[in-house]
Amino acid sequence: MILRNLMGLVVVLGALSAGGFSVYAWRSEIPEVAPAQPSRFDPELVRRGAGLAAVGNCNSCHTRTGGPSFAGGLRIPTQFGSIYTTNITPDPETGIGLWSEAAFERAMRDGVDRLGRHLYPAFPYDHFTHVTDEDIRALYAYFMTRQPAHATPRANELRFPFDQRILLAGWKLLFFRKGVFQPDERHDRRWNRGAYLVEGLAHCGGCHTPRNTLGAERGNDAYDGGEAEGWTAYALNVDSPSPVPWDKDALFQYLRHGWHEAHGMARGPMAPVVDNLNALEDDDLLAVVTYIAAVVGTPSPERARRGRSVLEQTSGNGATLTSDSAAPSGATNERSEGAAIYVTTCAPCHESSRPLPYGGINLARSTGPNGPTARNLVNVILWGLPPSDGQRSPIMPGFNNAMTDDQVRALVTYVRQRFGHGPTWTNVDQDIRDARAGNFKVGIYPAPGTDPASGVISQREVR
Amino acid sequence: MMNSVILSRRRVLAGAGALVVSFGAAHAIGQEGNTAQDMQSGARVSPPAPLPGSLKDAPLLDSWIRIDGDGGITVFTGKVELGQGIKTSLLQVAAEQLSVPLQALKLQTADTALTPNEGFTAGSHSMQDSGTAIMHAAAQSRIILVGEAGRRLGLPPDQLEAKDGFVQAPDGRKLSYGELVSEQILHVRAQPSSPLKHPNSFSVMNTPVRRADIPAMVTGAPAYVQDMRPPGMVHARVVRPPSYEAQLVSVDSEAVENAPGVLKVVRDGNFLAVIAVSEYQAVKAMRLLAAAARWDEKSALPRLSDLPNAILSLPSQDSEILRQGQPESSSGGRKLEAKYTKPYHSHGSIGPSCAIAEASGDQVTVWTHTQGVFPDRDAIAGMLHLPKENVRCIHAEGSGCYGHNGADDAAGDAALIARAYPNVPVRVQWMREQEHAWEPYGPAMVTHLAASLGDDGSIRDWQHEVWSNTHSMRPGGAGALLAAQHMADRVPAPPPKPLPLPEGGGDRNAIPLYKFPNARVVHHFLPAMPLRVSALRALGAYMNVFSIESFMDELAEAVGTDSVEFRLKHLEDQRARDTVAKAAEKFNWSAFQKRAGRGRGFGFARYKNLAAYCAIAAEVEVDRDSGRAKLVRAVAAVDSGQIVNPDGLVNQVEGAILQSTSWTLYESVSFDDTRITSIDWATYPIMRFAQVPESIEVHLINRPGQPFLGAGETAQGPAAGAVANAVAHAIGKRIRDLPLSGERIRQASM
Amino acid sequence: MIKLTVNGHEHELETEPDTPLLYVLRDELALSGAKFGCGLGQCGACTVMLDGKAVFSCLTPLLLAAGKNVTTVEGLGTLEAPGPLQRAFIEEQAAQCGYCIAGMMMRAQALLVKNSSPTDAEIRAAMEPNLCRCGTHMRILRAIKRAAALIKTADAGAAGRARP
Repeated sequence: MILRNLMGLVVVLGALSAGGFSVYAWRSEIPEVAPAQPSRFDPELVRRGAGLAAVGNCNSCHTRTGGPSFAGGLRIPTQFGSIYTTNITPDPETGIGLWSEAAFERAMRDGVDRLGRHLYPAFPYDHFTHVTDEDIRALYAYFMTRQPAHATPRANELRFPFDQRILLAGWKLLFFRKGVFQPDERHDRRWNRGAYLVEGLAHCGGCHTPRNTLGAERGNDAYDGGEAEGWTAYALNVDSPSPVPWDKDALFQYLRHGWHEAHGMARGPMAPVVDNLNALEDDDLLAVVTYIAAVVGTPSPERARRGRSVLEQTSGNGATLTSDSAAPSGATNERSEGAAIYVTTCAPCHESSRPLPYGGINLARSTGPNGPTARNLVNVILWGLPPSDGQRSPIMPGFNNAMTDDQVRALVTYVRQRFGHGPTWTNVDQDIRDARAGNFKVGIYPAPGTDPASGVISQREVR
Repeated sequence: MMNSVILSRRRVLAGAGALVVSFGAAHAIGQEGNTAQDMQSGARVSPPAPLPGSLKDAPLLDSWIRIDGDGGITVFTGKVELGQGIKTSLLQVAAEQLSVPLQALKLQTADTALTPNEGFTAGSHSMQDSGTAIMHAAAQSRIILVGEAGRRLGLPPDQLEAKDGFVQAPDGRKLSYGELVSEQILHVRAQPSSPLKHPNSFSVMNTPVRRADIPAMVTGAPAYVQDMRPPGMVHARVVRPPSYEAQLVSVDSEAVENAPGVLKVVRDGNFLAVIAVSEYQAVKAMRLLAAAARWDEKSALPRLSDLPNAILSLPSQDSEILRQGQPESSSGGRKLEAKYTKPYHSHGSIGPSCAIAEASGDQVTVWTHTQGVFPDRDAIAGMLHLPKENVRCIHAEGSGCYGHNGADDAAGDAALIARAYPNVPVRVQWMREQEHAWEPYGPAMVTHLAASLGDDGSIRDWQHEVWSNTHSMRPGGAGALLAAQHMADRVPAPPPKPLPLPEGGGDRNAIPLYKFPNARVVHHFLPAMPLRVSALRALGAYMNVFSIESFMDELAEAVGTDSVEFRLKHLEDQRARDTVAKAAEKFNWSAFQKRAGRGRGFGFARYKNLAAYCAIAAEVEVDRDSGRAKLVRAVAAVDSGQIVNPDGLVNQVEGAILQSTSWTLYESVSFDDTRITSIDWATYPIMRFAQVPESIEVHLINRPGQPFLGAGETAQGPAAGAVANAVAHAIGKRIRDLPLSGERIRQASM
Repeated sequence: MIKLTVNGHEHELETEPDTPLLYVLRDELALSGAKFGCGLGQCGACTVMLDGKAVFSCLTPLLLAAGKNVTTVEGLGTLEAPGPLQRAFIEEQAAQCGYCIAGMMMRAQALLVKNSSPTDAEIRAAMEPNLCRCGTHMRILRAIKRAAALIKTADAGAAGRARP
C-alpha cells in the first residue's frame, strides 16, 4: 500500500516535473551571515525564546542521549528509514551559526534550510509554520546564544527514493499548508492562545494525530491517536482510551508535574515533553489545557460513570509512606500463567499503597491496558522506566531479561483482559518481537520532569 | 634488617605484677604530639609520658597482641572494618613491627567480650588510634621476645635478629615466638615510646598489600552480617511509623498472626515488628502489618523550599571559635561576602541495616555492623534495663556506612525483638525505605563568609559563621536507639551537644588553615533538630571546606589571581603547600585551556586541621541548557604521614572524591510537612555510572616515620570545593546552594 | 514443585512461586552472593544471571525463573579457583565495602557473555542499573576491562591447547 502510494507520487511528480515542477521545487540559498555575538541579543528576548523552545520540545529531538544540548544526532526512526536530527547550535561549521534570521524563519515556516534544501517533515514545520514573527525572533535569539557544539550528525539512512529531497516539494504540495496561526473569533483569548501553542510550537498533533502512508498528518482525524518512537500516542479526542476521562485539572497537573493519580506517569517520548513544559508559565499552560480539554470534549455519561467506578474500586492506593513494605492487595482467583506473573511480578508495586508518582499505578487506572495496541504495555514491561541521571524520577525496572516472549504475551493478555476494555489485541507477538529486537527503536526516556508536586498533593491526601 | 636498638630494660614489678619495660627508640612513629620526643634517640627511663594511640586507654600489650604457644598470633583491635580496608592496614603494621609474615596473623575486630574499647570507628581515627597502638604494641612485643630469647640463649639482645616469627642468633640457633612466650610475658604495660623499625627497612608497611577480604566478596562467601545464618535463626521485620512524631493508634494484627510462617507479632508502644520462619514470609507479614496499623501523625517538618531560612531561624548557641588580630576593623579595602547552603544528606548505604540478636535468660548477644560495639552495647543494655556485662555486641561487617546510619538502630531492634522471642537467633533486616526514611542524616547547614582584601591582593580580614545541628547523636545512652524511642517505656533522645574542638562537629574545619592577619569564626550551634541527624563522613568539614574553598575562589577572582597561586599566598604550612603544589602540577593546572562548557576548579584542606592533607584539582563538563554537570577528571594529592597501604589509601580517596561529587551535584533529602519523601534511589538519586568521570588520579606524598594522619574523610571537602569551583568556571556564575543541581545550573546559566 | 537450575545444579523447590529469586538463593540455597539492596530494582545489588542475562533477583519471582538457568557470583569460580572476572576484581582491588560487588560482577558477566570486547562506553551503559556508594566505580570499570582481557587470553590459551 505504501508502495502503491509512492508509485503514484512518483508518477505525479514525473508529470509535474515535465510541467516545470523543478522550478516550483527550487529554493535559493540564503547567504551566510557572520556568526552573531550573543551579546547582540536582548536577554529578555532570549529568555522568551527559552520558554518557547521548551514548548517546542526542541531539545528532545535535537539532542542525542547524553550529547550536548541541541547538537543533534538523535536517530528518528520512520517507515522510510532513519533520519538523524541536525545540529541547531550556533556552531558556524556544523550548526546554524551562519544562518540569518530570515534563513531560520524560512526553515520554520517553509521547511527549507539555508542552502535551499527541503527538510523532511520529521521536523514539524507543518506546525511551526503557525508561529508568529515575534516568537520566531525570540527563538532565533535563543538558539544563537546557545553554546556552540562542533558536531556533525550522521547522514540520514533513507531508502530510495525517499532520500531524494525533491520529493518533499511534492509532499508539501499535497500536504503542507503554510501560514501563521489565525485566531478563531468564536473562541476566547485563552482558547486561542492554547490553540496557537498546541497547533504551533507544541506540535502535539505530530504524535497524537495519525499519519497517512506518506507520513503526513491526517487532518480530518486530528488527535485520533498516532505514534511516536515505537510508542502508541493515544487519542486525545473523544476516542481517548483512558479509563478515567481527562479533565482540565488532571491535564494541568499531568503537564505540570508529569503525572496524575487517575492517569499515571508520563513516560516514553512524553516524558521529555512534560520535563520541558516545566518551563511554561501557568497562564500559558492553562491555555494549553483549555484547548486540549476542548479537544477531549465531554465524556459520555457511560464513560464518566465507568471512570468514577474505576476510581472508587482502586481507591486503596496511597495510604502509607512505604513502598516495598506496602501491602499488595493483589488477590485474584485466576490461575492462568499471566495471572500468576501479574500477581508475583507486577502486583507488589502496582497494588502497593505507595502513592504516585513513585509508586506503581493501579493498572485499572492506566491507559496502557486500554490502548488500541499492546505496544505501550509491552514497552513498559520490557524496558521499564530508567533512572534519570542525578535527578529524582520514578524508576521501574524492565523485565526484558527476566521474561520469555511467552511470558510477556501471557502477562499482556491477562492485563488486557483484567484491566482493559476493548477487544483482545492482535499483533501482540509482533509487538513483543519488534520491541525486543529493536526493529524499531523504542524511545526509552527517564522522567526527570516528574516531581512529587509537594504542596499540591501531599502524600496523605492521595487516598 | 633491624636497626640497632639500645635497650635499657629493667624488670620492675608494677602494681598488679605486670612487667614494665622501657625502651629508647632509634626511630619512632608516634601520634601527633608525641613526635618530637619519639624522634629523639637514645635511652630514656620512662617518664610519665602519654601512651601513643589507643594504648592510652588499653595499656597492656596483650590487649593488642596475643601469641599462643603454637606460634599463632592474634592482633586485637577495637576498630571495625567498614570497607575502608582497615583490617589489612592494621595487620600490615603489626606484621612489620613484629617481624612476622602477614599471613601468620589473625585479626580480631571489635567484640565487647574480646577486644579493647576503642569507642567508634569514625573520624578517620583508625590508623591514628588503633594503628598507632598496634604498631607500638607490636614493636614492644618484638623487643620483649628478643630479650627473652637473649636470656635463654645467653646472648645480648643486640646480637639477635627477629625474623619471620623467630628470633635468630648469629650461630644459627633460633627460637620461635611460640616457644618464647610464656603466660605473662606480654601482659605488661606499654611504654610511651618504642623501638620502631626504620622506614627504610619496611617490607610490609608502605606496600600495596591486597586486602584479605576481597576474595570472599567476589566469590560470594558469607562476608556480612546480612549473610550470617546461625542454626535456628528466624527472620524479623519492623514496621516503622510513617513519620517521626506518629503515634500508633491501633493495629489489628490477627490476620498477620495467622499469615503463613508468622511466629509472633511484637508490639511495644510505637514499636511494631513481626517474626516469621522464612525471610520472605517476614516481608509479606510486614506488609500486612503495615497496612493494618493506624497512625496519628503530626505535621512538624520545616518547609523544604525555604530550608536555609528555617535553619537560620532556629535558636542557636553561639561561640566564637577563632579570633585573630582585629577582625571587622573597618579599614576600607574591597569587601566580599557570600552565603552558602547545604541540604540534609543521606548516608545511603547500599545494604539496608541488619542485625542478629539472641536472648537467653538475662543475656543478650547481638551481631551488628555498628561503628562502636561498646557504645551500642551500653545503649542496648540501657534500653533493656540489663547490666552492661549481660549484653555482648560482636561486630560483623555490613554495607559501607559512611558514618552513623541505621546500624545501631537495627541492633537495638534485634535486641528488643529477641527479648520478646528468646532462645533463637533473630535476624532483623531493614527495608530500603526504612533505611532512607529513618537513618540520621548529615545535617542541613548554612555558612556566611565575608572578607576584605588588601591592596596587595591578599586577604586582610576573614569572617566565617556556620549554623548547624550537632553531628553526633550516636549511642551511648539508650535514647539514641529508635527502638528505645518508640517503645512504650520510652527513652527520649538525649539532648544534643556540640562536638568539642579541635575536631569539632558543625564547626569542623570552620577554622581555615589559611593564614589571615585578622580572622573571626563563629559557630552557631542549633540544638533543635527538625530531622533526625548524626554523623556523616567528614561531619561539618564537608560544608565548611566547600564554603571556604568556594569563597577563596570568589576572592581570587575578585583580585584577578590564579586560584592555586592565591591559596599558596595564604598558606604557611609547608606540607599543605607541598600538597597543593603536587595536585596542581599533576593536573597540569597552569597549562589548562579553557573550552566552552568545561571548567577547572581547585579545593584544598587539611582534614580537621590535624589529619591528612588533601588537594584536588577537578575538571567538569557542564551542559548549561540541560543543566547537566559531570566531573570529567580529578587529580588529588594526599599527605597522610607514614603510608601503610598505598593502594588502600588511593582506594579510599578515589571513593571519597566520587561520593563527595555525588553529594555536591545531585543529592538532597526531601520531605513534605510531615514525612520524609526521599525513601529510595528514585527519590534520592546518587551518582550512577553515566556520571562517573573519565579518570581519577591520586598522588600520595609519603612521609616516612611521620605519624599516621587519618585519610578516610579528607577528600570530602576538597572534592566539593574543586567541583563547585569548576562548575563556576564553566558557566561563569557562582552557585552557592548545594546541590549544584541541573535546575540550579540551568537557572544560573540563563 | 518448581525446578530451578542454579550454577549448574538442579533444585526442586517447594517454595511459594511469588517468592523473589533473591530469597530463594539466599535462604533456601545458602548462596550469599546476591544481596538485598532495595527490593525495587533500583540498585542492582541483587543482580544474577537468568539464562545468561542480568536480572534483578529481588524482583524476579521464582515463577519467572522456573526451568531457567540461574548463575550467581558463586558460579563464576571459588576462593581456591577464582574465575577470570573474580581474578580481575581481586587484581584491581575493586571493592571497598564490597556489598554491591557481586551484583556488579553479575551484570558485568552478562555483558561479557554478550560482548567479549566491550568499549568503555558500552561498559558504562551496561552498568548503569547498578549503584555503588563507596565510589569504587573507577576500579570496577578497570576490573571489567581486565576481565575481558583475561577471558580472551584464557580462550586463546584454550584454543591453543586444543590445536593438535
